[in-house]
Amino acid sequence: MSNLAIKVENLSKAYQLGEIGTGTLSRDLERWWASIRGKEDPFLRIGETNDRSAKGTSNVVWSLKDLNLEIKQGDAVGIIGRNGAGKSTLLKILSRVTAPTTGSVKIKGRIASLLEVGTGFHPELTGRENIFLNGAILGMRKAEIKRKFDEIVDFAGVERYIDTPVKRYSSGMYVRLAFAVAAHLESEILIVDEVLAVGDAEFQKKCLGKMGEVSKGEGRTVLFVSHNMSAIGSLCQKGILLDQGILKSFGEQSTIIDHYNSLNITSNTPKRKHYFGQHSVLEILEYDVTSNDIVLTFKTKLSDHEVFKSLVIIITDVLGNRISLIDLREKLGTTAHHNLTEVLIDHTPLVENTYYIGISIETSLKWYDLKEILLCEIPIKQTSTIQYEPNLRGYVTLSSSYGITC
Amino acid sequence: MKPLTEEDWDIEIKPLNNLLDLKLRDVWHYRDLLLLLVKRDFVSFYKQTILGPLWFFIQPLFTTIIFTFVFGNMAGISTDGLPQPLFYMAGITTWNYFAECLNKTSTVFKDNANLFGKVYFPRLIMPLSIVASNLVRFGVQMLLFLLMMLFYLGTDVQFSPNRYILLFPLLVVLMACLGLGLGMIISAMTTKYRDLAFLVTFGVQLLMYATTVIYPLSTALAKYPTYAWIIEYNPMTPIIEAFRYGFLGKGSFSWQSLGYCTTITLSIMVIGLIVFNKVEKTFVDTV
Repeated sequence: MSNLAIKVENLSKAYQLGEIGTGTLSRDLERWWASIRGKEDPFLRIGETNDRSAKGTSNVVWSLKDLNLEIKQGDAVGIIGRNGAGKSTLLKILSRVTAPTTGSVKIKGRIASLLEVGTGFHPELTGRENIFLNGAILGMRKAEIKRKFDEIVDFAGVERYIDTPVKRYSSGMYVRLAFAVAAHLESEILIVDEVLAVGDAEFQKKCLGKMGEVSKGEGRTVLFVSHNMSAIGSLCQKGILLDQGILKSFGEQSTIIDHYNSLNITSNTPKRKHYFGQHSVLEILEYDVTSNDIVLTFKTKLSDHEVFKSLVIIITDVLGNRISLIDLREKLGTTAHHNLTEVLIDHTPLVENTYYIGISIETSLKWYDLKEILLCEIPIKQTSTIQYEPNLRGYVTLSSSYGITC
Repeated sequence: MKPLTEEDWDIEIKPLNNLLDLKLRDVWHYRDLLLLLVKRDFVSFYKQTILGPLWFFIQPLFTTIIFTFVFGNMAGISTDGLPQPLFYMAGITTWNYFAECLNKTSTVFKDNANLFGKVYFPRLIMPLSIVASNLVRFGVQMLLFLLMMLFYLGTDVQFSPNRYILLFPLLVVLMACLGLGLGMIISAMTTKYRDLAFLVTFGVQLLMYATTVIYPLSTALAKYPTYAWIIEYNPMTPIIEAFRYGFLGKGSFSWQSLGYCTTITLSIMVIGLIVFNKVEKTFVDTV
């Protein structure tokens, strides 16, 4: 195989959890002692997967574990996975920001990475000065930047402000300028971490267009991390799915996205089945989330001298903002001590994102307020156009119809 | 035997690199970045000021005035028969260059953690740019010193620049290397445990008093013969003494002490480069 651009072999990266302080000194000494005697690092032997929600026994965590990959020249590869799956760690290693713990990566050609827009921008300097500085930080030569200067300014659309310090720019303009510099890099490999989450819709489209041009038109290799499946769908032919630091699958983009969505559904399981101890006031029997429906069945049981007064389901976003409340009081038997509730929320208009479902029970004695007991990840709904980022679309998609005449 | 399918890769990323591999070719490729960083430091220093680059003058000028008043007049410390302002200015200008290089380099990882965490470029560029942009500042301050020398030429005060003035470029290189080397050692040692950083901030200030900035070496040797070795073995002392000797004709200059200083400086520089090279690969995870 002569047309490989990147070859990743047994790549692993370990991170240390917790704070660095006096407590870590003894461990460092132990590690140093082991390395002097030519032994293996004692703290890296414990293999533990990187599940951020479960408590582990060791405080070394593997962000990436035994990754093997071969990426061909000219491929546009989308890297997907949940938060903490190791996507950014992989990009960081590829762009040489940090070194792997074990394994190696071999790269053919120049590599340009865009892990963040506007890295190295100095607020006091003007747009013009920052284009040169940022370009140089990204690895361009001065002559190269000079040649492309007009093109960059044009792409960013900030001509009028070019001699104003960037601290006076609006955040949108700042990002435009920064992306414009990076988009004009001449490198064989381009690495892009979710940078498109900023900027207005028009500019997002422009960026995606530029990236498509880079990969399809110029035949350069592109690695692209995003949670925006439709952007990945339109831009990439290949996909990499990471889960807890392990390569789940690598192949055609559409199968990877399907795999990712199916992975999400399995994550929509309750963390616990029983709440409030042995007597378990609440027991989750069934919970299922698809892109259209949410099915929830639970049992509630009260003590003998306790009766129901109210029962509601609360849906919040991850920040705790309440999105919706489902009132179940109408059919609640207010004299019973236990009941079985089945809830079906069909045709959820919720935008794909992560939400929490909570159950709140008021009885004659107490208030059982269980916020965030169920994690609810609504998967993406397949549509024909590229969807905007979930955070731009708010919480719900309203069903609507429209007509446009010219 | 080499396998037939071996390819020539441009970049290989491995957990550890050769400690002496400084990637100088990479550094050379990024030379424009070095210049732009120097320009950034210079320009952003006086943005939104009225006096602009004149501020470079003000700090050494005021320090000289204060030193003349406190150490020269109140404490009455000898200045080897030289005019006090000239004596102090020579010490302050050189010491400032070294101290600034050391201070800035020793926090290079911490100050640039954000940048280093997002983009790759040869990390050595950053400390080099610090030394270079301080050189600009040093140049401006040297101008002030030369102006002061011109002013005193018109008076009847005795001072005699001599051929040892030609050592000046070497002295600058030595100061730069010493500041850079020490700074890199400290920066590498403070990425994980920051304790040392506290020591540096006031240590550099105190170190000035163990260097011949406010007094000549001859006075120290005469007054405290038992402790003067601390000052003599301080590698900054021969530099400042040689500087004063070359420009003003007074000072304790000897080839041995300069040779000693060069040896120490080079060793520190090499150690600095090695530890810096070792730390730069993974400091992002611990800084």
